[in-house]
Amino acid sequence: MLYQKSATELSELLKGKSISSVELTQAFIERTKQVEPKIQAFLNYDVEDALTQAKKSDERRSKGESLGDLDGIPVGIKDVISVNGSSLTCGSKILKEFVSPYDAHAVEQLKSAGAVLWGRLNMDEFAMGSSTENSAYKTTSNPWNTECIPGGSSGGSAAAVAAGECPLTLGTDTGGSIRQPASLCGVVGLKPTYGLVSRYGMVAYASSLEQIGPLGRSVSDVAMLLKNIAGHDSRDSTSYKIDIPDYTAALKEQKGPWKLGIPKEYFAEGLDSEVADAVKKAIDFYKAQGCEIVDVSLPHTELAIPVYYIVATAEASSNLARYDGVRYSYRSPDATDVVSLYSKSRGEAFGEEVKRRIILGTYVLSSGYYDAYYLRAQKVRTLIRDDFMKAYEQVDAILTPTSPTTAFKLGERKADPLSMYLADIYTISANLAGIPGMSIPCGFNSENLPVGLQLLGKPYGEASLMAIAHAFEQAHDYNKSYPTL
Amino acid sequence: MQYEAVIGLEVHVQLKTKTKIFSRVPYSYGAPVNTLTDPVVLSLPGTLPVMNKAAIDKMITMGLMFDCNIAEICKWDRKNYWYPDSPKNYQISQYDQPLCEGGEVEIELPGSSRNVMGEHKTIELTRIHLEEDPGKLSHFRDYSLIDDNRTGVALAELVTEPCLRSSDEAVAFIKALAVSLAAADVSDCDMEKGQMRCDANVSVRPVGDTEFGIRTEMKNLNSTSNVKAAIEYEIRRQVRLCEQGKKAEIVQETRRWNADKGYSISMRSKEDSHDYRYFPDPDLMPVKVDEEWKESLRKLLPEKPYNRQRRYMDDLGLPYTSASVLVQNPELGVFFDEAVRNCGKAKECANFIVNDLMRELGNAAPEGEGSLPLHESKVSSKHIAELVGLIDQGVISKQIAQDIFGDMFLSGDMPAKIVEAKGLKQENNSDELEQICSDAIAGDPVAVEKFKSGNEKAINAFKGPIMKATRGKANPKMVDEILRRLLNQ
Repeated sequence: MLYQKSATELSELLKGKSISSVELTQAFIERTKQVEPKIQAFLNYDVEDALTQAKKSDERRSKGESLGDLDGIPVGIKDVISVNGSSLTCGSKILKEFVSPYDAHAVEQLKSAGAVLWGRLNMDEFAMGSSTENSAYKTTSNPWNTECIPGGSSGGSAAAVAAGECPLTLGTDTGGSIRQPASLCGVVGLKPTYGLVSRYGMVAYASSLEQIGPLGRSVSDVAMLLKNIAGHDSRDSTSYKIDIPDYTAALKEQKGPWKLGIPKEYFAEGLDSEVADAVKKAIDFYKAQGCEIVDVSLPHTELAIPVYYIVATAEASSNLARYDGVRYSYRSPDATDVVSLYSKSRGEAFGEEVKRRIILGTYVLSSGYYDAYYLRAQKVRTLIRDDFMKAYEQVDAILTPTSPTTAFKLGERKADPLSMYLADIYTISANLAGIPGMSIPCGFNSENLPVGLQLLGKPYGEASLMAIAHAFEQAHDYNKSYPTL
Repeated sequence: MQYEAVIGLEVHVQLKTKTKIFSRVPYSYGAPVNTLTDPVVLSLPGTLPVMNKAAIDKMITMGLMFDCNIAEICKWDRKNYWYPDSPKNYQISQYDQPLCEGGEVEIELPGSSRNVMGEHKTIELTRIHLEEDPGKLSHFRDYSLIDDNRTGVALAELVTEPCLRSSDEAVAFIKALAVSLAAADVSDCDMEKGQMRCDANVSVRPVGDTEFGIRTEMKNLNSTSNVKAAIEYEIRRQVRLCEQGKKAEIVQETRRWNADKGYSISMRSKEDSHDYRYFPDPDLMPVKVDEEWKESLRKLLPEKPYNRQRRYMDDLGLPYTSASVLVQNPELGVFFDEAVRNCGKAKECANFIVNDLMRELGNAAPEGEGSLPLHESKVSSKHIAELVGLIDQGVISKQIAQDIFGDMFLSGDMPAKIVEAKGLKQENNSDELEQICSDAIAGDPVAVEKFKSGNEKAINAFKGPIMKATRGKANPKMVDEILRRLLNQ
């Protein structure tokens, strides 16, 4: 079936003209219509618009003017990334009526590469959450077991790929929001080095931590999408000036053997034994391939979660202040003056988790607490980064589980924020350190739920990181399994 | 008991950059409401600020102008507060590391009359930092409107030490600031256009005390007359309270000046003061300010206004009345310097500029609009230099020069061309002049008698008829010589 093919395969088929973009877009539209009642990955999609884009792609190709390997391939967009003329809800009621008048840098890049933009994907409100249950609009299910969560916050982006509704999607990752859902849905997801992909047009939650990144069925799919969205953009002052290597070519060129680090802090209490077994098997695979496996220590690991919830919430409390009911966000009809306009609009339209983080962030920045919390957290953040830089003196990459457990049941942790926060315990450090990280499928547990292997790399070392992941993927067929829907 | 006032000023100055501080939207005063915006100015979801280097250029220039210490790093902080004039509900500003620290501004106090130079003092600066201007709100009975044209305009906030002692010093400071910044092309400082806005912190204490009294803050004083009136009102209010034994009623508060009614009212007390929750803005990277950058701007610095005034008075011998006019308008000063460079006659140039040119500029402006800006005038410094040259060479008299000034201003023709076309060249033919002079002497025997009996001034009586006969073209110097010779024969 066309919808089961990876983007890389589809790209080849288009190139060979054995299928058209309209045909394959149609296949994903049909698949979406068929499974979406069960999965609910999309907040909205526009069939006609997608087919129009596909038709234009076919016209270009027939004239020999194809824009490259992404031309004609559907790409789904998390609803936190701006597309001109499209809604941009961020999974929140507060932006229910908002239509964005401009394209994000990543979206501009996709358009100029000829990609077919296909739908807006569900997410935790303002990317705050690990299960997509914090969406104000709908609950997305895990395609491998629809009673389970897909992970989050890019739950829609991961579930859509896993369910065959879209071959490629964009997600965003502030503390694991691409890697954790990729792991739980059995797909490949990559969080780039901070600064590799422009944040222009990505609605900010925690500015110093987050990046836009690709999700797909295979490492080469992700390489193909990343190549098209990475690179300097003058509209984002934190965007790094660097030449983007040919990631796809690097997958074939870089063959190892690599030195791989195993941090003991990531295999401690709280790690599910079946997840641990799958990850250890993956480590054994690399060892068998001649890679040197090195024990490394990342001693400040246990501080990552507290540091994250200070830095991220502090930034969020300021970033989300603009949703005040004054200019374009939801306005309470009951407001009587400017203060009640603020408090009622925000009180009525923000969800519980968003409010919790705004309150926490406001507190840690308050006069008298700043030094004890925010400033201190930033210092610890430096130590966490130093841990990684020290480890990278010895190894090329670090292998860990992506998430301590497989997908948990819908509703299971919703009432207990702290247990929800622990779902990101292995992913958060990469955001604090600004390093790239990715998750690839490395097995299934006894309930046939996917397990993800996390690979953490050196800053701007995405090419090597993906080559290492690719080596594993070539020898296994986890990503060729499909959920029954 | 005698009381003295202690005043510190906070002055906001809009920097004269082509575009706004964090977006590429151009800024101009008076554009239709909400037209100078884009997604970044409106801070729509997902947009990011990008630093406008020109704003840092202007800041460094300002810092150099006032001898501030310039920071090596330009760092950004978010100042969080809730008010609809800011689309983000935070302002990008500088908190713990302002770009400029220290520094001083020389001021000149009013003299005993307009023609007398007053005392000069130095006002110390605490800091100058860079930030974005918020939008403008208009309040109506049951609603308010927002204009985001001003939102995101590059704004410098300059804070003085509490070292001013009177409203006159405050006004002199504002004026000195405006002249310096206009000269350096940092800001036009037009208070009417909101390009310069002033807050004043005022306290009083018994003369001789070293401790400060409780201060109040007066917000948004938008003209020099408001600055003066508001400060004077506040000093009187506080002194009266002290004298009535009600010193405790002076509380730390923000007051709003009502310019129409001439008094201020309390806006909020210290208890309501904001916690701005400052933290470094993660969207902007700190900018390195190296010596090379500073040096490149130092080369372009203009002469400081009161250095210029001293040069005009001490080196060029101009009277204070001329020098002060030329200094108050930096464009005029540059124009004057050019004219002097072209003809070497400072006093003569100054006279034509301060009297004739200023008059014509005033007349040329539309009713009620002050003066035509100098750069819109057709008269260049070359015109002035040539005019002064023509007098110096005896080609025309001062009177003729003044007579043709209006023509020159309207047409923009060079003075020599006008003199030629109108046949106004001075009469230097001595034979002809001698005849006219002796006719004049013959025509007024009374004056001859007066002169001969020792009244020197009587000689002037002959000059009117002579000028009339020559239609003003007679060389006054020659006429004087001939008359004296003939009368003394």
